[in-house]
Amino acid sequence: MSGDVTSERSGRRSEGRVEPAAERGRSGARPGDMTWTPEGHVDAEPARTDSDGGADKRPPALSLGEFLRWAWRQFTSMRVALILLFLLAVAAIPGSVIPQSDVDPLAVRDFRARNPGLSEWYDRFSLFDVYSAPWFAAIYLALLVSLVGCILPRSWQHFTAMRAKPPRTPSRLSRMPAYRSFTVDAPSGEVQAAAYAELRGRRFRVADPRDDGSVAAEAGFLRETGNLVFHLSLVVVLLAVALGGLFGYRGTVLVPEGSGFSNSIVQYDNFSSGSLFEATDLPPFSLQVDRFVMEFIDAGSQIGQADNYEATVSFVPEPGAEARTETIRVNEPLNVDGTLIHILNPGYAPAFTIRNADREILAEGPVPFLPQDDNFTSTGVVKVPVADDEGPDLGIEGVFLPTADVGQNGPVSIFPEPRNPQVFLTAFYGDLGLNSGVAQSIYRLDKDGLEQFEDSDGEPFRAALAAGDTVELPDGSGFITFDGYVSWVNLQISRNSGKEIALAGALLAVAGLAASLYVRRRRLWVRAGTDDEGRTVVEVAGLHRSEGGNLDDEVGAVAEGVHRRLSKDQLDEET
Amino acid sequence: MDLISIAEWSRFVVGCALFIYLGVWLAFISEMGLRLRLKRATASATTGATPDLVAVGTGASAVAAESSGDARSGAAEGGEQDAPDGPEAAGDSADLRGYLAEQADVRYRMGRTLLLVATAVLAVGVAMRGIGTERVPWGNMHEFSITAALVASVAFIFVGRTAAGRAVASWGILLVFVTLGLAVTYLYVPPGPLPPALESYWLVIHVGCAVLAFGLFTVAAVVNILQILAERAERRGATGGFVGLLPTSSVLDRLGYRLAAAGFPIWTIGPLILGAVWAEVSWGRFWGWDPKEVWALITWLVYAAYLHARATAGWKGSKASTVALIGYGTAIFSYFGVNIFFEGLHAYGGL
Ligand code: HEM
Repeated sequence: MSGDVTSERSGRRSEGRVEPAAERGRSGARPGDMTWTPEGHVDAEPARTDSDGGADKRPPALSLGEFLRWAWRQFTSMRVALILLFLLAVAAIPGSVIPQSDVDPLAVRDFRARNPGLSEWYDRFSLFDVYSAPWFAAIYLALLVSLVGCILPRSWQHFTAMRAKPPRTPSRLSRMPAYRSFTVDAPSGEVQAAAYAELRGRRFRVADPRDDGSVAAEAGFLRETGNLVFHLSLVVVLLAVALGGLFGYRGTVLVPEGSGFSNSIVQYDNFSSGSLFEATDLPPFSLQVDRFVMEFIDAGSQIGQADNYEATVSFVPEPGAEARTETIRVNEPLNVDGTLIHILNPGYAPAFTIRNADREILAEGPVPFLPQDDNFTSTGVVKVPVADDEGPDLGIEGVFLPTADVGQNGPVSIFPEPRNPQVFLTAFYGDLGLNSGVAQSIYRLDKDGLEQFEDSDGEPFRAALAAGDTVELPDGSGFITFDGYVSWVNLQISRNSGKEIALAGALLAVAGLAASLYVRRRRLWVRAGTDDEGRTVVEVAGLHRSEGGNLDDEVGAVAEGVHRRLSKDQLDEET
Repeated sequence: MDLISIAEWSRFVVGCALFIYLGVWLAFISEMGLRLRLKRATASATTGATPDLVAVGTGASAVAAESSGDARSGAAEGGEQDAPDGPEAAGDSADLRGYLAEQADVRYRMGRTLLLVATAVLAVGVAMRGIGTERVPWGNMHEFSITAALVASVAFIFVGRTAAGRAVASWGILLVFVTLGLAVTYLYVPPGPLPPALESYWLVIHVGCAVLAFGLFTVAAVVNILQILAERAERRGATGGFVGLLPTSSVLDRLGYRLAAAGFPIWTIGPLILGAVWAEVSWGRFWGWDPKEVWALITWLVYAAYLHARATAGWKGSKASTVALIGYGTAIFSYFGVNIFFEGLHAYGGL
């Protein structure tokens, strides 16, 4: 496609769209602020005359090849881009309303339990996994293809347009939306030279002076370039995110203070990874949480709110290497060559020693309890399997209160820091069901095979223990000692591949976007003619090819510049 | 005075600003009323008068407002038309118009001065909140709201400098008023430190950009609404009522576009890109389909649709404005709705 075709098209359209002067008023709409029409949109043009056929919306009764070409052109049209953008926006909504299994699996489980019928329908449409659903993928892939299909031909057009000469000077410059004229005594050739120099000085692309006494110039190609860069960068971002996801992984593990973790899949409580991830990709580090500090605001209106969480860990990069001490805080993960170790939620693990009637130790150590409220009222269980010939298993159900207070509704924690740590517990005996082969939650007792201990009144057995206290189980069945507590922290270990590329793409996209939104495409012409009295009339005119800016001022400035150059030349000659 | 009480007094200062904004709005509205009466008087006085006067009377209200001086002197010459009782009555109506124009100018200056004062007071209130809490004043919805209102208010000062923008500012102030009203009542939270997850310099730029873009989108939304009303009135040929005082719909259309075009890249950088960077630092994944993330993306997509819609010639005017308003609706939802209705990772709620 030649540059001439482009110029003629835009010339035609632009001229037809000059607003009536009356409408332009004074209110911010300067005379130069004419409405403009963007180029290259098939649906913006009812009919096109150039060789590549244009955007006739009727499917012509044509061969298959031609039909496909027609369909492709429709698909890559602005209208379809609009529809797809909206469709994607709408499609994203359900995922924010319905719990998503990769965001909050617990919520999904709850939802399924409460609405089994509805969940079946949700499953049919992948509504618990909207963002990995085929229909969602179909929309953004369509958008991606439409985008590439739309942008690549434009890149080519843009490339040829950039190399083409600025367009022919319109015959009646005074009809342009921004216009100035003045008369000088200089000959036309000199005016052309001055205009050429002036426009070059303003970084316009200027064609060589023409026979009709005019100079034509164009500026703002960066706009188109920016637009292309923006859209293509979007493609880069999407690809980086999609491909990166295939190699990434994320896992969480709960580690009590004083305990350790070594990085292998079996050690994780939760683990998910992309389909191209391999277990051998895990960096072979191990670590121990030496100290985990939780600080809370202890006065004022936000009393009880977390102020600081901080883990001090001994980090061993690979087996046999020397340990080094590292600190992890919220917002300050430990970065191991792109694998990030984060602190997630913390909690307390009360420590117990459980003895049998003969005071032999059956179990001891901290047991993580799960916080139930902002003051870390935490619940949990201790499971003590006992060999069959030595008696029943023991199960303990407890509530840990960092700062216990017995109010009207029973004991609650009134502050998240352990100022008055107490455990309220009850106990069971029987069969814990650990050998049944069914996986159990470590936070709940399976009470099918269990009996609750009863005290001498026949009431369920209950005890409240402060740190160091021991309680004897009814009928001399054993002893429970509450030894104290440690804190625990949920660590998240994750790697997101491709994030650097995605970020670079995103920043490039913004740069391109800025250019495409704020750079103005415009054409300027200067022509020297002769008036009735034989003096030279210099006309300067401009035409917007994109929105914004103040063309009128620019045309005025160019006119002044040309005038100045001419008078300077004259002065030079005179002296 | 210790720091926390400075922050506590911020609420009072913002409350003062609230009432000054009410004054601004009343001044602007009464100016509008006067301009309407003036326009009516001028129109009846100049029916059939010299052509340039007709142009003044029926053209953009902005023109009428700006050139009320001309209208007055011109009408004195050509105003006999509606004066069945001869020259004296004509003199009366010219006097009346002169009086109306003068009063309108007074109200305008009053409103504008009050707007500057209110913005300054609000700025002080926002600054006090920031100084008192020793951080940027956008750590929770109360702070976000007062800062966004400040951004919008400053934008209205700029927009309101042109005659076209004045109608926009007049109605927009109402929105600032409502936002501040919500901020000091329903959304109010006492000053205090941030939860650890928010203590990050990312808060400064990520949420800072969100506030800025949100403020700009808010101004744009006011423009979009007025654009739709103006276009409707133009289509009906109606020039009466307050729509008659609006700038032309195409002027509003362009203004709305510029504001959205200013907000869009900021929204891209702040909520989306820097949000992802922060999420990577804070949660170990740059994009996790958290409701807040989803709605920031939805907002972005709809505004992208708006910019495309406008890039296609067929979608100028009220159709495009409608898309922008949908975009603003989703922006409000990303801000209010998500905090209120969904439980996500964004500890930012602070309700
Ligand atoms: C995620 C998807 C997309 C986003 C976020 C996006 C965003 C944008 C933005 C912000 C602009 C600047 C608007 C302006 O200059 O006024 C733009 C322009 C443009 N977009 Fe897209 N776009 C997307 C997809 C597409 C697709 C699928 C197509 C092709 C059908 C397309 C074609 C264009 C064209 C041709 C322009 C230039 C309009 C002009 O002449 O000013 N875009 N886009």
